[in-house]
Amino acid sequence: MAAAPTRLQSSKQFNNYNFREYFLRRSRESFKQNMTLQKPEEVSRAFLDAKEELGILKRQGVISQMYTFDKLVVEPLDNKHH
Amino acid sequence: MLRSSFVRAHRISSTATAAISRYALRPNGNTSIRRSLASSASTVAKAVESDDGLSIETHTDVQAANKEQTNIRTASNSIKSTTDGISSGTTALNHAYRENTGYGTRPIYLDMQATTPTDPRVLDTMLKYYTGLYGNPHSNTHSYGWETNKAVEAAREYVADVINANSKEIIFTSGATESNNMVVKGVARFYSKTKKHIITTKTEHKCVIEAARAMMNEGFDVTFLNVDANGLVDLKELEDAIRPDTCLVSVMAVNNEIGVIQPLKEIGSICKKHKVYFHTDAAQAYGKIPIDVNEMNIDLLSISSHKIYGPKGIGALYVRRRPRVRLEPLLSGGGQERGLRSGTLAPPNVAGFGEAARIMKTEYENDKKHIERLSKKLVDGLLANDHTNLNGSALHRYPGCINVSFAYVEGESLLMALRDIALSSGSACTSASLEPSYVLHALGKDDAMAHSSIRFGIGRFTTEAEVDYVIKAISERVKFLRELSPLWEMVQEGIDLDSIEWSGH
Repeated sequence: MAAAPTRLQSSKQFNNYNFREYFLRRSRESFKQNMTLQKPEEVSRAFLDAKEELGILKRQGVISQMYTFDKLVVEPLDNKHH
Repeated sequence: MLRSSFVRAHRISSTATAAISRYALRPNGNTSIRRSLASSASTVAKAVESDDGLSIETHTDVQAANKEQTNIRTASNSIKSTTDGISSGTTALNHAYRENTGYGTRPIYLDMQATTPTDPRVLDTMLKYYTGLYGNPHSNTHSYGWETNKAVEAAREYVADVINANSKEIIFTSGATESNNMVVKGVARFYSKTKKHIITTKTEHKCVIEAARAMMNEGFDVTFLNVDANGLVDLKELEDAIRPDTCLVSVMAVNNEIGVIQPLKEIGSICKKHKVYFHTDAAQAYGKIPIDVNEMNIDLLSISSHKIYGPKGIGALYVRRRPRVRLEPLLSGGGQERGLRSGTLAPPNVAGFGEAARIMKTEYENDKKHIERLSKKLVDGLLANDHTNLNGSALHRYPGCINVSFAYVEGESLLMALRDIALSSGSACTSASLEPSYVLHALGKDDAMAHSSIRFGIGRFTTEAEVDYVIKAISERVKFLRELSPLWEMVQEGIDLDSIEWSGH
């Protein structure tokens, strides 16, 4: 699934801690889930879904960077962690 | 484009400095005001400088103010700690915040029963209807209307799908409060010639209880059923309460304060047997627990969008078509939504609500797994403290809502000490008043217990790190507050608190 690494990268663009962590987790999970897919129609559907989600993540990642808020108390202040 | 906004930002900061210097030149100017203005000017300037090319960023002023406050507070703390080693009365504050540790300042959000964050996927759907697709969905004469109407009908389909209903049975309203009012008042008024009795419970949401109370003024009888210590309705008592002139039974699916799930299927079959309409307020349950309106014989069901990561300001009501449930509409007007709820629909909200419902269905298993895991961790971590207990049934519950009592600690003071965690001691509607929760009262808890309870809400976007932080923070601060409490001291000495005769009451 070629979309997976880009989905991870786009998830990292989220400024919001909760959204970032959620999409990172979900991208990893769905990548692992889809690895076992065999049937061509299932694979192509998973690919289309992932592609659509990548578009959403790219747009929403940018929006998240435009409207920023304070970091959460569980979030380290330096960005090197991410 | 980028450069021009950069220049503009600089110009703003320079005018701000000019204004301040003018202020400072005034004779008899208050020095402290001058200092605070100067420091705020420096933060403004810093924000502009640290801008890494993204000048479209919209920092809130609140953020600058918070940062400044934190800086002042940490500066005063460090001065105190260098000048004298003796504790300076700021220990309570130190316990309430985690500061100057290289972490942010915004509280963790753990109040998912009040409202949930809007899912970015939902916002992505909504934006189209705020930018280009602005037609009135009821306009039949042009394509602007057709395209939004198509989106509204697709959303209706998604909303209906979650509860196994037909899309024609979904009516969009402004939220679950409107849906609940519509049912309690509408059904009762429609059948008011022959039927004059409504049954509901004592742990319902305020809007059902108040709507039922309003119907008492219109000459209806209302039975408020008791719940047991676990928060569950007694089915025998419910069946006995049904009279020949009962028109409606309203029991909520998941309680908003204690997370208890009522036996919907059993209540549905009782209502069917006695030919009484069954309404359930599923604001907290929709998409989070399995609901099937046909299998559970539910005739009316209220839904709220902002509890399922959707936009605020929209909800829905499921109204069964076969056999048909009749109700009198609250609003008169253009006859939209089968004539039951007049008024133009808001396509951005409806589309966002539909998308949120669709995601609730596709992500059901993942969300369930995630929430159950974190919930177990949080419950185990919190109950590891002495004298704590879980309110409501431990078995029949939605894991995302956890209500815990911390004995000998005042709930509101614990919330004050937990400034870094967004929590509530009950429903948001009553959080402004200090009165104890009526839901916990109905469970037979005394005032002290009801006062010392806190509700934790876990959702799709809660992380494990947040749960770990909350467990640690609560354990530390409960211990701290108990050390301040004379009651706790007495308990430690083995005095039975009930044996004390309090004076001055």
